[in-house]
Amino acid sequence: MLFLQFLGFGFFDFPKYILNPNASEQELLKWNGWGYNDSKFIFNKKGQAEFTGKRYRLGGMVLPTFKEWIEKTFGASLEHKTTSRASLNVNDVPPSIVNEEFLQDLRATKISYSQDAEDRVFRAHGHCLHEIFVLREGMFKRIPDIVVWPVCHEDVVKIVELACKHNLCIIPFGGGTSVSSALECPEEEKRTIVSLDTSQMNRILWIDEKNLTACVEAGIVGQDLEKQLAESGFCTGHEPDSMEFSSLGGWVATRASGMKKNIYGNIEDLVIHIKMVTPRGIVEKNCQVPRMSTGPDIHHFIMGSEGTLGVVTEVTIKIRPVPEYQKYGSVVFPNFERGVACLREVAKQRCAPASIRLVDNAQFQFGHALKPQVASIFTSFLDGLKKFYITKFKGFDPNILCVATLLFEGDREKVLQHEKQVYDIATKFGGLAAGEDNGQRGYMLTFVIAYIRDLGLDYYVIGESFETSVPWDRVLDLCRNVKERIVRECKEKGVQFAPLSTCRVTQTYDAGACVYFYFAFNYRGISDPIHVYEQIERAAREEILANGGSLSHHHGVGKLRKRWMKESISDVGLGMLRSVKEYVDPNNIFGNKNLL
Amino acid sequence: FFSLFFLVSFCSIAVSHSFFICSQQKELTSKKRDEFEDILEERRLSSDLRYAMKCYTPVIYKGLSPCKPNAIKSAVLQSEQVQYVIKQLAKEMGESPDIIQEEAMEILDEMGHSMQLGAVRFFAFTLSKIFKQLFQRVCVNEEGMQRLQHAIQEHPVVLLPSHRSYVDFLMLSYLLYTYDLALPVIAAGIDFLGMKIVGELLRRAGAFFMRRSFGGNRLYWAVFSEYVKTMLRSGYAPIEFFLEGTRSRTAKTLTPKFGLLSIVMEPFLKREVFDTYLVPISISYERILEESLYAYELLGVPKPKESTSGLLKARRILSDNFGTIHIYVGQPVSLRTLASGRINRCPYNLVPRHLPQKPSEDIQEFVSDVAYKMELLQIENMVLSPWVLVAAILLQNLPAMDFELLIEKTLWLKGLTQTFGGFIEWPDNLCARKAVLSGLTLHANIARLVDGHVVLNDKGLEDGAVGEIVFKRALAILMCATYRNQLLNVFVRPSLVAVALQMTRSFRKEEVYSCFSFLRDVFSDEFIFFPGISLKDFEEGCFLLTKCDAIQTSQQEIYPTDKGSVIVSFLSAMFKPFVEGYQLIFRYLSKETKEAFTEKQLIPGVRNFVFQLLEKGNTQCYEALSSDMQKNALAALVQLGAVKKKKIVETLLWDPATKFLNSLAGCFCLPLPFGFQSFSQGFDKQREQSCLFLIEGLLCVLE
Repeated sequence: MLFLQFLGFGFFDFPKYILNPNASEQELLKWNGWGYNDSKFIFNKKGQAEFTGKRYRLGGMVLPTFKEWIEKTFGASLEHKTTSRASLNVNDVPPSIVNEEFLQDLRATKISYSQDAEDRVFRAHGHCLHEIFVLREGMFKRIPDIVVWPVCHEDVVKIVELACKHNLCIIPFGGGTSVSSALECPEEEKRTIVSLDTSQMNRILWIDEKNLTACVEAGIVGQDLEKQLAESGFCTGHEPDSMEFSSLGGWVATRASGMKKNIYGNIEDLVIHIKMVTPRGIVEKNCQVPRMSTGPDIHHFIMGSEGTLGVVTEVTIKIRPVPEYQKYGSVVFPNFERGVACLREVAKQRCAPASIRLVDNAQFQFGHALKPQVASIFTSFLDGLKKFYITKFKGFDPNILCVATLLFEGDREKVLQHEKQVYDIATKFGGLAAGEDNGQRGYMLTFVIAYIRDLGLDYYVIGESFETSVPWDRVLDLCRNVKERIVRECKEKGVQFAPLSTCRVTQTYDAGACVYFYFAFNYRGISDPIHVYEQIERAAREEILANGGSLSHHHGVGKLRKRWMKESISDVGLGMLRSVKEYVDPNNIFGNKNLL
Repeated sequence: FFSLFFLVSFCSIAVSHSFFICSQQKELTSKKRDEFEDILEERRLSSDLRYAMKCYTPVIYKGLSPCKPNAIKSAVLQSEQVQYVIKQLAKEMGESPDIIQEEAMEILDEMGHSMQLGAVRFFAFTLSKIFKQLFQRVCVNEEGMQRLQHAIQEHPVVLLPSHRSYVDFLMLSYLLYTYDLALPVIAAGIDFLGMKIVGELLRRAGAFFMRRSFGGNRLYWAVFSEYVKTMLRSGYAPIEFFLEGTRSRTAKTLTPKFGLLSIVMEPFLKREVFDTYLVPISISYERILEESLYAYELLGVPKPKESTSGLLKARRILSDNFGTIHIYVGQPVSLRTLASGRINRCPYNLVPRHLPQKPSEDIQEFVSDVAYKMELLQIENMVLSPWVLVAAILLQNLPAMDFELLIEKTLWLKGLTQTFGGFIEWPDNLCARKAVLSGLTLHANIARLVDGHVVLNDKGLEDGAVGEIVFKRALAILMCATYRNQLLNVFVRPSLVAVALQMTRSFRKEEVYSCFSFLRDVFSDEFIFFPGISLKDFEEGCFLLTKCDAIQTSQQEIYPTDKGSVIVSFLSAMFKPFVEGYQLIFRYLSKETKEAFTEKQLIPGVRNFVFQLLEKGNTQCYEALSSDMQKNALAALVQLGAVKKKKIVETLLWDPATKFLNSLAGCFCLPLPFGFQSFSQGFDKQREQSCLFLIEGLLCVLE
């Protein structure tokens, strides 16, 4: 709807710049942090933690134990506060340098664009810690010179042609949720940088119920896609933790993975057809088939290309009927080792529910700290009883036990059957069913964790998450060693308080698992916290690689992890990717410098 | 030719450049070392029984889940590693896995320790009694014990003591018990099991037994290495073994063995543990319990088999005094730190970790470097008693020496040793006369004071046959050398520079370095050199000589100072027995052997050859009789490519490359060999040059 208005507007006048068609949505979001403006953690007048807004289940609730947890875990104190700049200082923003001939050509296409400072800064970053830190306290050295909003595939073709003609650099922008420095503009880029925002390409073009596929424009955001498909009774089932903000094109470009991949698959399993605009032209297959043997799959050049080859414009994706029934669940294990053994067994029997995650003790306590105030004495009594049963009667050590969270999906009968199978396996590994509520809270944590980081930033606590995939037999060693490495590095780098260093096994596969780490520390007393943070993160990655883990399971490489690409895929492997880039984009129009 | 020229000029640049760095090196002697405490003092004051029955609650590894020795055995048997090898062998030999499993069980039963507190208490009691009898003091650096205590809690710990005596491991366990630390499990030779009761007792005190050689036996290797690794991974107890593999009969540190070290390093390299601490421990004896046994052994009188009755016979030594023991527990070395920047990426990523895998060359090299590093750390913290200095001086002044002069020289050598970083235990208030006298008292069996002269104690000199005189004398000299040897690894770098200076008779730095580097290669099995840092060793040697004003160096040259000639000649005289001994051995090999020989043939051969020369008075190099030196020389020749090692039907044969050997040995004989054409065949230029230096140098030394 929005874009039609603007098309009309552009029809009889050519203003200096055409207004941001995405303005209303952009306004809903924080400019210097994660997510929606109205949703954030605060400490209320009583000094209790509270989550604002109504968007999340946690919204408006008081979290009585959260403050204590923060103080205990990080040695942070509410009296020591840092504050972000209230708003962007436009004078700091690097000027937009765009050649007039290009602007004329661009106007002729009637594609919306903007040279406004706020619009450009908004698209100059993802959500890495150092990026957010810069937003709060500094300014990027290089940001896009101009933002363009194509509304369809043809617009993208025109923009890419113009970029080739004028020798510009294009950086595609989807949801802006990158955590690999993929959106950062290379400082040394002398050409005009065009941020190609795909947000206006957000329509579902068609739904094919016979083949259960849908063709969707690549700019659509995850939650909108699911919402709109649901109107027809379908879903894709692809739910990365960032799905509220990340886009379909972004998923393709980073080889994304969703929480419920056990049922629906990861993005590479979901995609049937991709259309991508490159400086060489359009790349796509000639049919929409489940599989073909026509040499190496060209989709695999596109998936994970991280915006270095072109812009994904349309994707045909598999859809499924919306499941009839959903059920959360959780299991407590006496220790992490037993929990991992159980997950391994579940994977072996190939009976993993839609999602199964195992959080370690620290993360269990983290989740526990986010427990809202209980409404009635009865619930609190019940909680106490549960706790008593697990710790005293069953002898679980509350400082060692860990929890698996489960999500079942499907028709009701099968879900219940499935649930029993999984709980039976869990019992063999000493697991105790711990209720739906614990499970649901576990999943909520993944959606609000990024908001918690913003709160931490206000109190000298910085943190980030990172992930890897690892063969089953090395899961325990990797988890232990990486966590220990983080603790040690912090100590060596002069971090005063022991850091939060926690992990969860977040996906299971036949041959291994995906492990997700959270890492945060209190940086009071450190002069250059971001540098220290980056050193530690780098050490942690080295540790992962030394333990037989991968460079990334689903976050991608971007510029953050580029240095390890060669050893990850070998010299020849890197050469193969380079030669593709060379052919597809010889003038490096897609010059975000990711990956290679 | 041009490339050679380039090489030389490059070398000289490298040498002069690194000298610049050298001058900024830290002072070696300023190293702070911990204070010692005598643990026997407390034992002499209170009841041994109460001590043996004390409440023993050692600190343990933080990640430990306690288990019984038998649980470890069954975990090893059920481990993927062992099961994999069992299945493989079953398939290859067409036997049922059960039979092989049975075999594995037997191996485990033979090998496994069964540590029991009762046995530990028994040892605590009896050892208290024995140690108090034998030793005046047992001194320990308490700070080292505290560091060890922390280390044990944090990560799996590997104790790496030096090995001079059977007392070593008993003493170490005794010490850990005293300090309430977790008792180690100790890798012991299987021969101990020959001692009926004692073997089992040791087993209960934490010893586990390994066969001396099991290279070919895959099952044994799998079971053994998994047994060690299981204990290490679980942090069950500190693991203790001797890098040197066996007791050093010469008190000189033996070159390290790599097998066990590579096993204990593997869990870290495979990232099964976060880190592993290696703790070098230096145990120094003022008087070694087995000193005379060793001397006999070196002269070819075989070592008595370990037997309980033998042990009982040894009882009479209980009435003797063996002075003080110093135990220095070194700083725990983190394996992770050692590996960082070297073995960054896990080389085991692409193969399941339970498969037996030959370590890559990188890793083998790393293991070897770690082994040498640990031995060098042991050497650094070895305590040297005044007697060690006395022995070194005495050996240069045989047969007798004026007592006053000896005192004066001892004091002088004390200063020199300290300049070179030696760790001398010499109380501040102790005057030199007393120190020398007390050394002579303790070692009355070696030397004594007669009419103001100190003479070697080679009794029966007058009445025996010539052969017997030589033998007795050799015995005394070898025993005395055992103590001088404790100085050698501290002195070896400056001394080889001194020897090289004398040999080359040149002041050009490159030539001296060339000669030094050749000597270092030749003596690579005799002394401990960190592999591949010849230049650095040379620099260190020069630096130390400069520090004691023995030499002056410029960009291109090295020359002894006026007063330095005393030091330079003392140092080269100190190593003269080795230069001469090697010369004799090379001569024997080139003259007396024509075909391939076994080690069993070589040793008596050389011994007779040298013996005859000694009888005739044609040489004074008694130390060439030492089988240790003979073996080391052989190993050096193998490394230099002069002798080839062949294996024919289970026996190792050494095949001298006659032509090469002839020329090499020829170099050592006077007069100069005819021509160098034949010599240089199959021999690279640089080494040829080094040989030239050596020949000239030897001429000089022998004159």
